[in-house]
Amino acid sequence: MRTTQPTTTIGKAASFAESRVGASVLVREFGRKIFPSHWSFMLGEVALYSFIIVVLSGTFLTFFFQPAMGELRYEGPWLPLRGVEISEAYDSTLAISLEIRGGLFIRQMHHWGALLFVAALSVHMLRVFFTGAFRRPRELNWIVGVLLVIMGMAAGFTGYSLPDDLLSGNGLRIIDGILKSLPLVGTYISFFLFGGEFPGIDIVARLYTLHIMIVPALLIALIGIHLMFVVVHKHTQYPGAGNTEKNVVGEPVLPTFAAKGGGFFFLIFGLLSLISALFTINPIWNYGPYDPSPVSAGTQPDWYIGWADGFLRIVPGWFEFYIFGWPISLNINSAVIVMGGVFAVMFIYPFFEAWLQKDHREHHILDRPRNNPTRTAIGVAGIIFYCNMWAAASGDIIAVFFQMSLNDMIYIFRFLFFFGPIIGYIITKRMCLALQRKDREIALHGRETAQIIRLPHGEFLERHEALPPHKLWKLTAFESPSYIPAEPNAEGKITGTEKLRARLSRFFFEDRVAPVTKQELEAPHHNNAALEGSDNKQLGH
Amino acid sequence: MTSKEHSGGGSQLEELNGFTNPGLPEHKPRLADSDPRAEKIAERQVAAWFILSMIGTIWFIVAYFLFTPGESMQSIRLHNMFVGLGAAVAMFSIGFGAVLWAKNLMSDHEGIDERHDIGGSEEDQAIALEILHQAKEESGIARRPLLRNTLIAALAIAPLPAVLVFRDLGPLPGDKMFNTLWQKGTRLIRDVGGIPSVDSERPIKADEVTIGSAYHVLPSGIGDEEAAEHPLNEKAKAAVLLMRIDPKQLKEDPDRKDWSHDGIVAYSKICTHVGCPVALYEHQTHHLLCPCHQSTFDVTEHCKVIFGPAKRPLPQLPITVDSEGYLVAQSDFPEPVGPTFWEINNR
Repeated sequence: MRTTQPTTTIGKAASFAESRVGASVLVREFGRKIFPSHWSFMLGEVALYSFIIVVLSGTFLTFFFQPAMGELRYEGPWLPLRGVEISEAYDSTLAISLEIRGGLFIRQMHHWGALLFVAALSVHMLRVFFTGAFRRPRELNWIVGVLLVIMGMAAGFTGYSLPDDLLSGNGLRIIDGILKSLPLVGTYISFFLFGGEFPGIDIVARLYTLHIMIVPALLIALIGIHLMFVVVHKHTQYPGAGNTEKNVVGEPVLPTFAAKGGGFFFLIFGLLSLISALFTINPIWNYGPYDPSPVSAGTQPDWYIGWADGFLRIVPGWFEFYIFGWPISLNINSAVIVMGGVFAVMFIYPFFEAWLQKDHREHHILDRPRNNPTRTAIGVAGIIFYCNMWAAASGDIIAVFFQMSLNDMIYIFRFLFFFGPIIGYIITKRMCLALQRKDREIALHGRETAQIIRLPHGEFLERHEALPPHKLWKLTAFESPSYIPAEPNAEGKITGTEKLRARLSRFFFEDRVAPVTKQELEAPHHNNAALEGSDNKQLGH
Repeated sequence: MTSKEHSGGGSQLEELNGFTNPGLPEHKPRLADSDPRAEKIAERQVAAWFILSMIGTIWFIVAYFLFTPGESMQSIRLHNMFVGLGAAVAMFSIGFGAVLWAKNLMSDHEGIDERHDIGGSEEDQAIALEILHQAKEESGIARRPLLRNTLIAALAIAPLPAVLVFRDLGPLPGDKMFNTLWQKGTRLIRDVGGIPSVDSERPIKADEVTIGSAYHVLPSGIGDEEAAEHPLNEKAKAAVLLMRIDPKQLKEDPDRKDWSHDGIVAYSKICTHVGCPVALYEHQTHHLLCPCHQSTFDVTEHCKVIFGPAKRPLPQLPITVDSEGYLVAQSDFPEPVGPTFWEINNR
């Protein structure tokens, strides 16, 4: 209910919206909402914006694409295929690429955008992991994020298979093989999915329904929940002077964050335009229509499917065995098990860590990765585990490039499958502990000034300079998880799970560099005055 | 949801490890905040970006009509590049302009929001709990287990029809996984891509196959619409690789001795791993390599697996020659082709 008539344009527009939808509540709620500013917080934005671009470009493509597998004779402008029997799906994709003005550009933007979407999702997820942003109260949002990665892969795969070209058809054939290998139900699932025998004439239309309706609807719903949670929880922030567990320091949505975020959307749009203008992706006109007999050497899936394909390559054939003649194709099923396992670990990790560290408090200040060496080491082990499988999907190309035996390449991948993550874990943990020691050193003794002084008795020393308080705060103000021995429960008993927790806790936190405390800093052999930020120089030792 | 300008601290600074949070460092003004000339330059910069964006948009429109895709790949590439660069300039420039505006000209004072408890107030929680209790009481769901349990049971089985209606997504496998188009007397014809029509078939004579050569082969009649309703489905099972190797190099089982003809052997081209075509033949070693997952099969030893993720050897197609000297199959494959499936040994 307004008492005065608005006079300005903004006032009139606001009045119109206010009297119909009550917009003032929203503007008041969100208009000056604070978002902290850091480059790593833009990774999720990259994912969001590339998703929007993929939806826009995909909508354009639906107006021209024919999701059908009826055969027709190609009559278009592309001479190598003229007169060849091809499916309607492939024919319409050729038309989009070669005849419709701007069609190739938008198709390439759709494909590059999808690749960027999954890539940005993945890197965003790593940022969240390494900084501990998944901790209470954000565990559920982490789970939504994992679901987003899974749905992102599903969106990519269902789309990749639509053009019905040779490459995507071979991809589908692999999926068919994976389905058929499933115990008991495999053959049936394959027949139901393909509407009979592979390849059949139904699969493109079915994948199309999934690709343009079911999967995007789920993605949009999950993204909505994800962003809603961000509003509910407010954004995390990095440790720093002035940042506390009880506040958020940053820029208001209106105008600064909105301008930067909106501008960033256009930057991503521009980047994808530039890539799509200059770099061909998936030139389906070169591959020809799907035919079950030919295949091109050096076949590669889109990057986010690579880890599954790579794993299929490194499992030895003897993983398949027979029980009374019934096959157990672990050489194939294990890929499903490994992928499921990776996602299962991701789902439970936040709860595992809270249980392990007995830490169920809310955390809004992020960890610097070095300050939780074990988590960081687990993350790096996971990256190596993933990337090794991923690289294995290009094992043949790598072998050719380095002129190595393909077989040796596979043996290396097999070795790294088991030992790569362990090596990565150990090295990362040591690096984190070393970085923490460096931080301690700097906090305790100040910054090296590179000024050498000579004492009267001839000894040379380097001057150290005390840190200003906000830098000192950054190096000292963190909690370091430590070993918590088994504790009896309310009934005074130490349960088996508690013993397990204690054992894991010791494994994870036995090696630890404790943060500097005020007492340490004020211990007699340190110069207090220097640490108060005065101009007094402190002598190093 | 109050946001206040940075005031150099606050009441909630924490202590950790004995240190006190020193509060936000002093705000440093930008050049454009104090120097009107710098501010003017920044403003012009932003406007220049926005003008460049307009040029990009016009460029896109011009290129759309000027460089139309024709029959040559060159024209398509040019069209794609020019419209794409126009779009890139248009979008990038809006982005740069907006970000520069925000960074250089909008206020850069930190704002601070207080965090609040995520849970509602105690009063809210009490009222919510009360509402739930009331709903429980008024519905009687706890007092009437008969209603509750029958409802749960009804809801539990209600989705079954929704699953059942998907039954007709596909037929049951039947014995389709065990049969291919090959049968006794089927001629081996060349696979030149796609499905050959019945009158363009090119059957293969045994004496055309020289030592060291390899042929991609299909069963005769695959283009016959009555014999093969879905020719691609048939091709996906029946594709064969034919190779001739010096018979002295072949290590054949005694009971498969007559499956080859004078060193000519035929094997399923469909990988027993996940079904890619095993298309790479190494003439020197007589190995077949699957380009998808690098399963390697030794042709001299009945295509047994010598490396990679496949378990079973490629099924052999028993062949012989007919009265006119053409290669023909003796029978269908004696075992199922392609990836392992559950019923493979239990027809």
